[in-house]
Amino acid sequence: MNIAYAPAEQQALAAADERVATAPEMKGQLDRRAFDLLCLSVACVLAAHIAHLPPWLAAALSGLLLLRWLQRRTQRGAIPKLARIVLVVALPVAILTTYGTPFGRTPGSALAVGLLVLKLLESERARDARMAIGFCCFVLMSALLFTQSLLMTLLVALALLPALAALRALQPDAESRRYARAFAPGAWLLLAATPLTLLGFLFVPRLSTPLWGAPGADIAHTGVSDRMAPGDLRDLLMDGSVAMRVGFDGEPPPKAERYFRGVVLWYFDGRAWVPGTAGIRNGAPQPLQAHGPALGYDVTLEPTRRHWLFALDMPLDASGGVVLSADHTLRRDKPVNETITYHVDSVSHYVLAQDLDPRLRRAALELPEGFDSRAVALARSWRTKFGNNDAAIMRAALDLFRTGGFAYNLAAPPLGRDSIDDFLFDTKQGYCEHYASAFAFLMRAAGIPARVVAGYQGGFWSDYAHYLLVRQSDAHAWSEVWLQGHGWVRVDPTAVVRRVITAGDGAIGSGNGDQTGNWLDGLRDRLDIVNRLWDRGVLGFNALRQSELLAPFGIPHLDYGQLAIALAAGIVVILGIGMLMALRGPRIRPRDALEAAQLRLQEKLAKQGCLRAPHEGPRDFFARCMLALPHNRVELNALAEAYISLRYGHPAPPAEPVRNYSRAVRAFRVRSVVK
Amino acid sequence: MNAAARTWREALISRVERRLPALTRLRQPEPLPIELHRRRIYILPTRSGLGFGVLLAVMLVGALNYQNNSALLLTCLLGATVINSMLSAFRALHGLQLTCIRAGHACVGDPLPLRLEFATPARARAALCLDMDHISHAFSLDARGSETTFPMPTEHRGWNRVPRMRISSTLPFGLFRAWSWITPEHDVLVYPRQLAGPPPPPDEDDGRQRAHGDEDYAQLREYHFGDPLKRVAWKASARHDRLLIRELDAAAHDAPQRFEWNMLHGLDRETRISRLAGWVHEAHAAGRAWTLVLPDARSLGPEADNAHYHRCMTALAVLP
Repeated sequence: MNIAYAPAEQQALAAADERVATAPEMKGQLDRRAFDLLCLSVACVLAAHIAHLPPWLAAALSGLLLLRWLQRRTQRGAIPKLARIVLVVALPVAILTTYGTPFGRTPGSALAVGLLVLKLLESERARDARMAIGFCCFVLMSALLFTQSLLMTLLVALALLPALAALRALQPDAESRRYARAFAPGAWLLLAATPLTLLGFLFVPRLSTPLWGAPGADIAHTGVSDRMAPGDLRDLLMDGSVAMRVGFDGEPPPKAERYFRGVVLWYFDGRAWVPGTAGIRNGAPQPLQAHGPALGYDVTLEPTRRHWLFALDMPLDASGGVVLSADHTLRRDKPVNETITYHVDSVSHYVLAQDLDPRLRRAALELPEGFDSRAVALARSWRTKFGNNDAAIMRAALDLFRTGGFAYNLAAPPLGRDSIDDFLFDTKQGYCEHYASAFAFLMRAAGIPARVVAGYQGGFWSDYAHYLLVRQSDAHAWSEVWLQGHGWVRVDPTAVVRRVITAGDGAIGSGNGDQTGNWLDGLRDRLDIVNRLWDRGVLGFNALRQSELLAPFGIPHLDYGQLAIALAAGIVVILGIGMLMALRGPRIRPRDALEAAQLRLQEKLAKQGCLRAPHEGPRDFFARCMLALPHNRVELNALAEAYISLRYGHPAPPAEPVRNYSRAVRAFRVRSVVK
Repeated sequence: MNAAARTWREALISRVERRLPALTRLRQPEPLPIELHRRRIYILPTRSGLGFGVLLAVMLVGALNYQNNSALLLTCLLGATVINSMLSAFRALHGLQLTCIRAGHACVGDPLPLRLEFATPARARAALCLDMDHISHAFSLDARGSETTFPMPTEHRGWNRVPRMRISSTLPFGLFRAWSWITPEHDVLVYPRQLAGPPPPPDEDDGRQRAHGDEDYAQLREYHFGDPLKRVAWKASARHDRLLIRELDAAAHDAPQRFEWNMLHGLDRETRISRLAGWVHEAHAAGRAWTLVLPDARSLGPEADNAHYHRCMTALAVLP
């Protein structure tokens, strides 16, 4: 008690007080580091949503975020309360006036992002920051409701980093760490979380039916539509997103036969083609004689929000909740709201409907009254010219497209009331739907049963991964005519058109695959393998595939209980391993080579029962060892001298003697007593 | 409301500790060093951790309902990271050793600087928190082990047992708190409260005159060659068989003061002790020598150095 260090004590106490005061946890005030990271997290969330926010809102929120950041750099303190109240009232009102409703995916996410930025305006304390970060994570996740692509998911996962760094910065010691290192703990923990993440993803029981209404009402329909009016397909043909991927059991069909039937359009109202009535669609499929072997293949279809599926011309049979309808298209009882995979068998040579049902024949000949009189007149002239020769009439029509000055043009001029007449005799420019529509019209007018089929044609075949990539830009429409003795025959009038007019803008591919994309598109097609794996492995992992997860291990079907048990067992195993790693004895990292050698020697001696006590200096320790191991006395003495002179004789032990010492330690063997 | 909640919580904790011996066992004082091993580290989610859990549950249900596998993957990733952070919190404490406690000095009511030395095998420990009696203290330790000074609250003089401390960490995200109770078998001495001001120490002139009159030994010193003869204390010299010199007036200004227990009447015991402590403190601060006379007539001094100060304060602190 006689030690007098009163002034030092006072200093230490003062320092301690200061540390207590600056610890954010205690005081609750956000320090600058934490606030910067918080702003960064919110900025990431904003970036993740920026694509579907209205531009004015995106600009306003970005500006607000920037202003708030600048404001708090100069002085601490929240934005004045009045301003906050005004903003909190203004945000919902603005969103309500923009969208008309606060519900739904787009308005909901806009509201959430807005509220998050507003929360930042009043965030002054650690508690606010925690709430804001939690909300950040939630709003980040909601960005995945818009697109589930691999890239977006990766970006969103990366956006967790600033959020985790901000949480870390709320810890009391954060100020002393370097800025770049603020991200390290979060990054490590995210990486280390991989096994548990995969386990959770595989075994968290999926819902086979949603608990409440799934989104979809406000999602713009993409993909091939069941109504085809001039100009409807145009946006689709510009869309480079993936429609489906097809893996074949054997060799892929030749390019000319890659027609995927989606929906058959029976009725023409003068402007648009629409599908047949239920009476035509339902019922047994029309009889089909297959010529040649069937080809089996798996289709992984991206969500279309529609009931129909796509199958290679002509499907024979399908499995997995899919029905083959009367006009040989595939239908599903539920709309395709998630990525699905189904298996189909198709034949490429066939005779479909050798005898045409009179009801169907009537439907396939029906034309609207009072439309397109010039086209009707042209078709009738062919009929009188070629008599009963339907094939000749068909050829005449195709010849018209080939030699009549027709051109393929995605930017087709608009058409008037008599759209077929306008197209055939005036504009003479269009793309697949114009040609398919006009051809079917001419055939019907000439008395040949005809219909229009919408689907996809072409695609990119990947030699590496052996699958066919079909994009929305591969959407296509063609015709089918019924010929006596041949049944329904596929005719693609677009394919005969020679002249192509490309628009200056970046039209992606074309309906009939005539245009070759640039090298960037080629690269994109090749890199699609990754996306395919993502779509099949992750996005397509539904309740059905989950239940078959352990089939290779002899459990054909997993129910919820078994899934829960598997999940719990897996968590226990992984956490057990993690726990063991956390418990692993702390390794003592030697300060330098000399200490490393000394630790090795101490290990060797410890095996002989000579454990160095914490308080023991090297001289005492070696002396004790020499007593305990008299046969090693000489070596130990030399080692002791060497160590003591190296450790205490120099400020930094010289390299060469340390190496010698290290060698001597390695050579040291405990001699047993010789009897 | 808050106070009521706190007392309710404390009652609950004490009840739990009564019922669960495993917890109370750790309340027994232990000798140093104390190592935080796996059997004494507890982990529970913090309040924000619970909130985060609810959030994760909402995210999970949403992802499942919308059959959105990307969102589910993200939720799983976040959940797994949160669970991993629990192990992180555990690792922040695991293996930590409290090797030594050194107490400074403080009077009752002032915080006592408690130096806690830790050994941290192999890795640095960041963002630790020490709680004692509603006082929190944040600190970090480097990989070679280091110390921290904790301002321990003091309530009464004399030997105090270092109270139970909670060492905890909410690393890395503040979602889980790992903690361990430490009850070191260590006593610290708390000096009595110092009452300064009036009444001042007994009149200085009085003391000095008495010192002169009685020719107190404390006022005499050995004769050195050159000392004036008129200042030789003849009587005393005769008694001691050698020449002694009486101190000059200038030196008498630094004459030791006497602080006697018996000088203070009409005060209760603690006030008397506090007053004596105050006088000792003032004398020490002014650099003067003093003599302290305790109730059992034991007298300390006269001296003026630090050691004497601490001896006196210790004697006052441990008075029954």
